[in-house]
Amino acid sequence: MIIEEKPRQQETPAKPAYKVIGTRPVRPDGVEKVIGRAKYGADIDLPGMLYGKVLRSPVAHAYIRSIDTSAAEKLPGVKAVVTSADLPRLSSNEYIDMGEGGGQLQDLHDNILASRKVLYKGHAIASVAATNPHIAEEALSLIKLDLEELPPVLDPLEAMREDAPLLDDQRYTESLAGRSSKPSNIARHAQHAIGDIEAGFAQADVIVEREYRTSMVHQGYIEPQNGTALWDADDHITVWTSTQGAFSVRAELSKLLLVPLAQIRVIPMEIGGGFGGKIAVYLEPVAALLSRKAGRPVKMTMTRAEVLEATGPTSGTYIKLKMGAKKDGRLIAAQAYMVYESGAYPSSPLGAGMSCMLGPYDIPNVLIDGYDVVVNKPRTAAYRAPGAPAAAFAAESLVDELAGKVGLDPLTFRRINASKLGTRLANGNVLPRVGNYECITAAMESEHWNAPLSAPWRGRGVASGVWYNWGGLSSLTASVNADGSVTLTEGSTDIGGSRATAAMQLAEALGIPYESIHPFVADTDNIGYNDVTGGSRTTFATGWAVYEAAQQIKRQLIERAARLWECSETDVDYTNGVLTCKTNPDLRLSFKEMAEKAHSTGGTIVGCGNPSPKQFGPAFATHIVDVEVDPETGKVQILRYTAIQDVGTAIHPSYVEGQIQGGVAQGVGWALNEVYDYDEQGRLRNASLLDYRQPTTLDLPMIDTILVEVPNPTHPYGVRGVGEVPIVPPLAAVANAIAHATGQRFLKLPLNPDAVLRGLGKIK
Amino acid sequence: MSNYVQVETTINDEPITFLCEPRQSLLEVLRETLKLTGSKEGCNNGNCGACSVLLDGRLVNSCLVLAVEVAGKSVTTIEGLAHGDHLHPLQKTFLEHAALQCGICTPGFLVAAKALLDHNPHPSEHEIRYWLSGNLCRCTGYDKIVRAVQAAAQEMEAVAR
Repeated sequence: MIIEEKPRQQETPAKPAYKVIGTRPVRPDGVEKVIGRAKYGADIDLPGMLYGKVLRSPVAHAYIRSIDTSAAEKLPGVKAVVTSADLPRLSSNEYIDMGEGGGQLQDLHDNILASRKVLYKGHAIASVAATNPHIAEEALSLIKLDLEELPPVLDPLEAMREDAPLLDDQRYTESLAGRSSKPSNIARHAQHAIGDIEAGFAQADVIVEREYRTSMVHQGYIEPQNGTALWDADDHITVWTSTQGAFSVRAELSKLLLVPLAQIRVIPMEIGGGFGGKIAVYLEPVAALLSRKAGRPVKMTMTRAEVLEATGPTSGTYIKLKMGAKKDGRLIAAQAYMVYESGAYPSSPLGAGMSCMLGPYDIPNVLIDGYDVVVNKPRTAAYRAPGAPAAAFAAESLVDELAGKVGLDPLTFRRINASKLGTRLANGNVLPRVGNYECITAAMESEHWNAPLSAPWRGRGVASGVWYNWGGLSSLTASVNADGSVTLTEGSTDIGGSRATAAMQLAEALGIPYESIHPFVADTDNIGYNDVTGGSRTTFATGWAVYEAAQQIKRQLIERAARLWECSETDVDYTNGVLTCKTNPDLRLSFKEMAEKAHSTGGTIVGCGNPSPKQFGPAFATHIVDVEVDPETGKVQILRYTAIQDVGTAIHPSYVEGQIQGGVAQGVGWALNEVYDYDEQGRLRNASLLDYRQPTTLDLPMIDTILVEVPNPTHPYGVRGVGEVPIVPPLAAVANAIAHATGQRFLKLPLNPDAVLRGLGKIK
Repeated sequence: MSNYVQVETTINDEPITFLCEPRQSLLEVLRETLKLTGSKEGCNNGNCGACSVLLDGRLVNSCLVLAVEVAGKSVTTIEGLAHGDHLHPLQKTFLEHAALQCGICTPGFLVAAKALLDHNPHPSEHEIRYWLSGNLCRCTGYDKIVRAVQAAAQEMEAVAR
């Protein structure tokens, strides 16, 4: 008999009576997006604009002996050709923080235009600007490359061997012990530890150990990378681009091109999806170099094959995991050996994967060794909850097996072991108030979990996951207009509705209608520094900035009213958008009426917000999925999906649901179909959307969501980030469902028809 | 300029004449020559549907149609769905149902969904999913898109009565 204790201090405070938060208004940028007028990066058109194209490496690993661009330069219509020789030589090799992840500046430099070596098929080598894109493409074919091919190394475990071909003979392993004595493809060895791992396993009644593998997968945004640049003769650079962070692009350009920040203006266009993949620059510096040479603006857009071959996928992984439980179901020990492939340059989300893998559990003895390994594939980039989904695939698959072995249903097993307020994790962090327990409970009580599922080849799976979220820096101004409307100037690029959630939080804070607020995203010349839209931080931190700006506006409104009414400021109350005098009930001004008087009572009323939140609200989720496996074809169909998530406070519930549904769809794609299919020479065999095979409308059912609201106590409105954690559980949830449908455990993703038929022994 | 072809066509009910090279796709001409940038390029090989337009009422990927092919035909792009400030019911329900996040696939979905409702005013959920399976969205998981199309069909039926 298991006796479950409800965690102490887990009472959820009653939700305040919000007026705007929790409603579902139409987003402010909606109309222009449904009529086709919204301007994305590729929609830019400038007088005299040229079109740039990139010559890419046809092989995965080679020395560059020479690049002859002379014939290309002579083609009529060609206005500029650049190679890495046109990039300024870097004076230092510092670490550059781009927001969600970062890297060594020299690596970023070499990734933009290869200098000594090419490290993956698709690695940029040279670029041409011409009067139209077809001429630019013709010119690429006239560039003569002399490459000395080298054997590629594609598998991370092979790349770790001492006799493996080295991508970089100057790369050494960094670890707590310092720097390795010999060069290696292992860029980093990290370790998380808590308790005593040997003593832990000695107490375990049941131990399971498995090896899991996942493939590189791509973010799969529908809008390819793009960048347009104009480099003026006075060394002022203007860049139009689709990015998750205009300020990150500015910082990267400044360090790569050696131009001061104030001389670079980055204008963020509407962005057609990013999911972490639109933070590092690819085309922008190249377009700038071409523009400097040509003296004209240069627009560049990638083809889909370029996107898949040369922009950041996330790491493929190898994870060996061993976990032990006592017979009462309590987890006592876990040990992991994790290998994340970084692609050509160290960039894997290893640390986050290590931190998130066991985050849903309170385990006293943990030892995790992680390795970041370079291979001849594109440099990886952040992808929604970077590092966590593959780690959760391992942990949640194994937890499912352990639950079965101790005779518990998988949700009860998870709830017994759920991490909560005060749980110390193996990375040293102690959890604040989180909704893990509440999510598992909501899953247990859900209609889905309690619905019968009885047909051959059908199975139900569950999995949990965590993403710790981020705060970062946001800066904005809110200007009160003379008619009572408010212009909200923010610097967080809006990737999926954050203008709406910022405006809603401002409306709530000021007690005015949502419709009277006009939010827009400014460029880097028009607002203070903002971190990237990533880490599920925008509605959290930009919302916080909005709240601060509203408090400043309120103070000014009260000050003006006190002056008008000749009373003390402490006698003025501002509630629900109305100023009243506590000592004279006849004196009353609405927000709109006060706004009309602003210019004559002391000038414009403007509020600013520049918070630097240090405490974030981790997000937990538990997912339930039903699948049907066709034993003849190996195809897995998702029959039903329910995602339960602690969202803190749902500012705009439709967009919260949308984030969850989108994350689930990507996770299902990762579980079932998506793969980076390389041949032995390191050529990507499926570099098109047809062959990469991300989910279509026919691959998914409606995705049900259950929003659990455990407010984040550190945020004025209880907001937690919601965008990332929904991609964490699906991989294991689907794999667990398939295991229950087939009686067969699958340890390697994706579970496409081929893999399922092999697993069932139907093909070899 | 000898390799340019003069093409006379109708776009969004307006007669238009443009010059293009025979190798240019309809999508390229719409976007770069005619500045109708509502049709998006996601793949340029017919895989994603972001460039969906109607050609004589038939749903096509404009990246797979040569611009010279539209001579004498009628093209409807996303810019032709609304009339003045009067949105098409699909445009309204996409907004009300939060059926877009980043919005890059939205023009293609709207054009494709219009083509569906034009010839099947009462589609089932499966028929909607089947018809829209050539349009990729990476943000929404399709749930709210399918619901928005269902809602638009209902709304159009109510108006028609």
